Amino acid sequence: MSSTPILEMRGINKSFGAVQVLHSVDFRVYAGEVMALVGDNGAGKSTLVKCVAGIYPMDSGEILFEGAPVHIHGPRDASALGIEIVYQDLALCDNLDIVQNMFLGRENLTSVRTLDEGTMERRARQTLAGLSVRTVKSVRQVVSELSGGQRQTTAIAKAVLWNNRVVLLDEPTAALGVAQTDQVLDLVRRLATNGLGVVLISHNMNDVMKVADRITALYLGKVAAEVKTSEITHAQVVELITAGRTGNIGLKPAEAAQSA
Amino acid sequence: MTEPTPTTPTPAPAPVLANTAAAAAPTEAGFSVDAGATNLKEAFLGYVTRIRGGEVGALPAVAGLVLLLVVFSTTTKIFLTRGNLANLPTQAAPTILIGMGLVFVLLLGEIDLSAGTAAGLASAGMAIAVNFHGNLQTQLKGGMFGAYIVVMVLALIVAARERLWPGVIAIVFGGVVLVTHIGSNQVLAILLAVTTGTSIGILTGFLRARVGIPSFVVTLALFLAWQGVLIQFLGAGNSFPTQRFKTINALENTNISPLWSWVVLIVFVGGYGAFTLYTSIRRRAQQLSAQPVSIVVGRFAILALLGAFSVFFLNKNRNPNKGHVIRGLPWVVLLILIVLVAMTLLLSKTTFGRHLYASGGNAEAARRAGIDVPRMRIAAFGISSSLAAIGGVVLASKQGGVPADAGGGNTLLFAVGAAVVGGTSLFGGRGRVRDAVLGGLVITIIPNGLQLHPNVGASYQYVITGGFLLVAAAVDALSRSRRPT
Repeated sequence: MSSTPILEMRGINKSFGAVQVLHSVDFRVYAGEVMALVGDNGAGKSTLVKCVAGIYPMDSGEILFEGAPVHIHGPRDASALGIEIVYQDLALCDNLDIVQNMFLGRENLTSVRTLDEGTMERRARQTLAGLSVRTVKSVRQVVSELSGGQRQTTAIAKAVLWNNRVVLLDEPTAALGVAQTDQVLDLVRRLATNGLGVVLISHNMNDVMKVADRITALYLGKVAAEVKTSEITHAQVVELITAGRTGNIGLKPAEAAQSA
Repeated sequence: MTEPTPTTPTPAPAPVLANTAAAAAPTEAGFSVDAGATNLKEAFLGYVTRIRGGEVGALPAVAGLVLLLVVFSTTTKIFLTRGNLANLPTQAAPTILIGMGLVFVLLLGEIDLSAGTAAGLASAGMAIAVNFHGNLQTQLKGGMFGAYIVVMVLALIVAARERLWPGVIAIVFGGVVLVTHIGSNQVLAILLAVTTGTSIGILTGFLRARVGIPSFVVTLALFLAWQGVLIQFLGAGNSFPTQRFKTINALENTNISPLWSWVVLIVFVGGYGAFTLYTSIRRRAQQLSAQPVSIVVGRFAILALLGAFSVFFLNKNRNPNKGHVIRGLPWVVLLILIVLVAMTLLLSKTTFGRHLYASGGNAEAARRAGIDVPRMRIAAFGISSSLAAIGGVVLASKQGGVPADAGGGNTLLFAVGAAVVGGTSLFGGRGRVRDAVLGGLVITIIPNGLQLHPNVGASYQYVITGGFLLVAAAVDALSRSRRPT
């Protein structure tokens, strides 16, 4: 494991009006690892993600990409760095097929400026094959015919296709059944195996314990703890989420109480 | 699932994944990605699955067409005569052309109620130009000429700001025709009408997309407004004839010679067959998903048979009276074919078309993919009104002039009906240009056939046409609800 995180956020503060949502949050992701970002509703998970995405400007703090400070002022800056966010609503067009969705807005063109379907189809297949996806029957299936898991797979494959370095997944298994959840978690694991930095935002502790290398727990806008999954139990993570501390891990008792 | 073609990895390099997935790439051999349906049975089963899943395509329109043909040819003697059948394409032409434009707007889930009167207004510009030696200024009194130019300039500004360059070129061209009085040339006058349509459409789109007025309200207001402008242009109850202008008149009233009719058939149907067959074979060779050759050949054979039969039929004299001979393919059929092919290619082979489908399917997803959805809306309205203007020109040709109520009445509603009956969804995202052609034929055959029944009143035409539209809309809505989401 490289010692420099591929993406690091230091001392992020963010307020909406009088409400401070993030209190000097530190967050880092290593290439080849799955970092779970957990926390109760309102803990600031989405806000943090939207700061990385360039949707919200930060009040203070800095973002480092591969150790170098970067400025993210908009979604395009994030994409340019190779940071891709797969939102919960997936943003797929039901009336287009998998290939068309994966290349939407970035289509390959032939020399006469028409759509190069052959190249796109081949690249889509290579990407899916690279992720060992076996759940999709045909890359020419229209999204409206796909199951929830297949849609999630398509959205993740779309994020991988563009040579991204960091992929943030917002509740990828929330709407899925048991078997499909397993498939998507396998896929998440493979993203890390393929060398990407993966951020998994999830409410589901089973998913987190199964697939994450590290866990960052947010408690009311503060980082309660950043721990290795192997060094913590399911119950402890739940305690971190609900109380901000567990045993000697987490916020100081006074701080946790004061935040609440 | 049978999989005769092994999906071995293609030799093409994978630069995107070179650093991330190189290790995993060899697993592709075990990755059961299809190469499309490989035989007839699979293709048929796939088709059945799609229909059951709500992807009905052209099926209802074709079924309706066959049903109507059978009913009318068995219950009347005149329906199947040459004179009558040859009328169908010319009767359907304005509806089809306006409907083809509406497909673009419907694909975005929008509606354009003003397409009919905009078509009438655009054709009025043409009629005035040819009747007054290209000088619209003397005819359009009370600042109307100035308003005409202002509309074009505003549309030009919008088109330039939105970087819709084909629109910019069209409007500049139309503006030049307008101010330099060269519209006495009929072709230029027709182009003036089309570019007038472009201007109207771009302004409509601007009001919808940038100002944010719902398209129903914008186009309802413009539907009324253009009607009034048209009366101002022509004078109430007045009509400008176009009959004596050969090119304009030729569109709906003259035919291509029999020999050239065959050439048109061979170029279009042969070209279609060659293109689809080439695509299928090449894609299969490259191990991409492709339609089975048997399906492609079968579809081509059916089209070729229908086309050959129609041309053969139309090449026979259909004038029941002695005297001059009427035969050949009506010119307007060629016009429709050209627009059909051009617009189909635009929708299926370009990024513009892809982004239009995406914007109609999920505007938020399109926006996140970097597509300027409002710009797509403006472009769609621009194309819609341009095609509507062509429809208006054809309508003028058919009626022998432009009356003060041109494009009013049911013109627009029949055109919307044509697109919907043909299979274009009112909910956006689903539809093709050919839908308007199939639907337009259905919408036209109903009154054509019913008028041959002396004991069936005109009232039934409306009821039956309405019924067809209702069935088509129901199929659309039900097929939508059958989808997973």
